[in-house]
Amino acid sequence: MRLPSWRFIRMWQRNRDVFLRLWRSIAPGFIFEPIILLLALGLGFGHFMGVIDGQDYIYFIVPGVIASYVMTSATFECTYGAFFRMEYRRTYDSILATPLNIEDVVAGEIFWGATRSLVTATIILVVAALFQLLPSPWVLLVPVVAVLEGVMFASIGMVFVSLAPSIYSFNYYFTLFIAPITFFSGAFFPLDSFPEAVQVVSSIVPLTPAVELIRALVQGEFHPGLLLSLAYIVLLAGLFFFISMVAMRRRVID
Amino acid sequence: MAVIKVQKLTKNFKDLVAVDRVSLEIEEGECFGLLGPNGAGKTTLVHMITAVSLPTDGDIWVLGKDLRKYPRRIKAMFGVVPQIDNLDAELTVLQNLTTFARYFDIAKDEARRRSMAALNLFRLEGKSGSRIKELSGGMKRRLLLARGLINNPRVLILDEPTIGLDPQSKYLVWQKLRELKGQGVTQLLCTQNMDEAAVLCDRVAIMHRGRVLALDSPKGLVERYVGPKLLEIEVGADQRDSINQELQSRGLDFEDAAGTIQVFHCDADRLAQELEGLSWNLWPRLATLEDVFFRLTGRALVE
Ligand SMILES: Nc1ncnc2c1ncn2[C@@H]1O[C@H](COP(=O)(O)OP(=O)(O)OP(=O)(O)O)[C@@H](O)[C@H]1O
Ligand SMILES: [Mg+2]
Repeated sequence: MRLPSWRFIRMWQRNRDVFLRLWRSIAPGFIFEPIILLLALGLGFGHFMGVIDGQDYIYFIVPGVIASYVMTSATFECTYGAFFRMEYRRTYDSILATPLNIEDVVAGEIFWGATRSLVTATIILVVAALFQLLPSPWVLLVPVVAVLEGVMFASIGMVFVSLAPSIYSFNYYFTLFIAPITFFSGAFFPLDSFPEAVQVVSSIVPLTPAVELIRALVQGEFHPGLLLSLAYIVLLAGLFFFISMVAMRRRVID
Repeated sequence: MAVIKVQKLTKNFKDLVAVDRVSLEIEEGECFGLLGPNGAGKTTLVHMITAVSLPTDGDIWVLGKDLRKYPRRIKAMFGVVPQIDNLDAELTVLQNLTTFARYFDIAKDEARRRSMAALNLFRLEGKSGSRIKELSGGMKRRLLLARGLINNPRVLILDEPTIGLDPQSKYLVWQKLRELKGQGVTQLLCTQNMDEAAVLCDRVAIMHRGRVLALDSPKGLVERYVGPKLLEIEVGADQRDSINQELQSRGLDFEDAAGTIQVFHCDADRLAQELEGLSWNLWPRLATLEDVFFRLTGRALVE
């Protein structure tokens, strides 16, 4: 297997420059949507939900909103975005004729996806802080988890990119993978009262450990099981990162 | 030492053999042309040499180094102008150049300086802040050329660089390529334009169905395959047989192509005189690379 080099930073910079040029037109998706969701669910819907795990609903969903938007930020970038650059714009072909290899390009995409996750998490945290929804100083470590989670979902997305026959395939990815994952992760409601089977699935889906870690940091309440959650994210992130290197080389260079 | 050396290079797409055991050596400082009909395999060959696509079989050496082992170091010496526009549509015209320079680790100020110079050279200075979709087809071509030169490449690889350019721009590009050759830049040029190949290339390979059919200087190819001058005879329907007979009896090398018979490898002027009495409509003319092209690859469309 070939590994990426430090040159991945060139691809990252390219994506950053595009983002800085276009951020106004993509802002609704990564700034307003999570904020609206947070406030609508928390303040509106929260009245009907009452108290969960000994706290108001809005406190319960802050970490859930962060974890799920961290996931979608990285995922959009490393599914639709990456596929579009690869197949329609032929951007990868142009870059492959420079000192960057395909592994650099893919790593640049993944770390950029994780950067988008970081930006999204930070924005939601700032808003949550303004509404005084962050009781614990441990919350300062949430961005670290956001980056790890971002690398994981960006890498999973890139593996799917390497397999996708067309850009429409990502509709399946979102409805059959991302949407159920959100449900099973316990991001927006607790799963304690659901049947055993749901909880088994929940313990496997990759969003669950991220929700647990972020929730623990936001609330400042820890238990040993969190180490397992952290290990699970690191393991999946690493595994899919390396699979994406091999799979994308096969897809692009053939 | 050859700058680019390919050995038994092969590329298969499923059942299709797009490039079939091609071996070539491109020497330092020469302009090497690749001619061939649509689908001959030129672009596929270039993609393999620029590491955009992996060979099915065979080897590529650049300045004695194996492309598989040292792709980054080798690609750093290349300037590539692709056949299909792959400009970065999400960036401005100027950003396209500075971003590309950054892929080659060119420092920011230097990148900007070179980018502005390249825009000036290709008369795009008024478009530096434009978006790619605001450029005309020919402007995009010129920007691709500017981009290909941004790293001051030692080897230029151009896939139909002047397609869609107006005569002024084409001339400008030819001049620039000659100038670069004067500075010792090795060039690999795929083209459909026979004049371009004849004017620019020291040697030309004619490709057909994935294989190299002939390889020589443009002049050498013309002399070998058609002779420096040829005779063309216009044929009416009722004359065809008699003309064929006459030419056969003289043991001439000729070809009957769509209303015109061409006689090759002959002393065209003398033959014209000898045949004057026959009241055929005929004229001698200088042979070109295009005649060679047709002779080697046939007149029918491929596929
Ligand atoms: N990615 C691909 N997948 C399948 N077949 C391909 C692919 N790329 C090229 N081919 C086939 O390989 C053959 C050579 O194509 P190539 O693009 O190299 O030709 P070319 O000589 O550059 O032609 P042109 O003058 O039209 O640019 C063609 O038959 C083409 O259909
Ligand atoms: Mg081509």
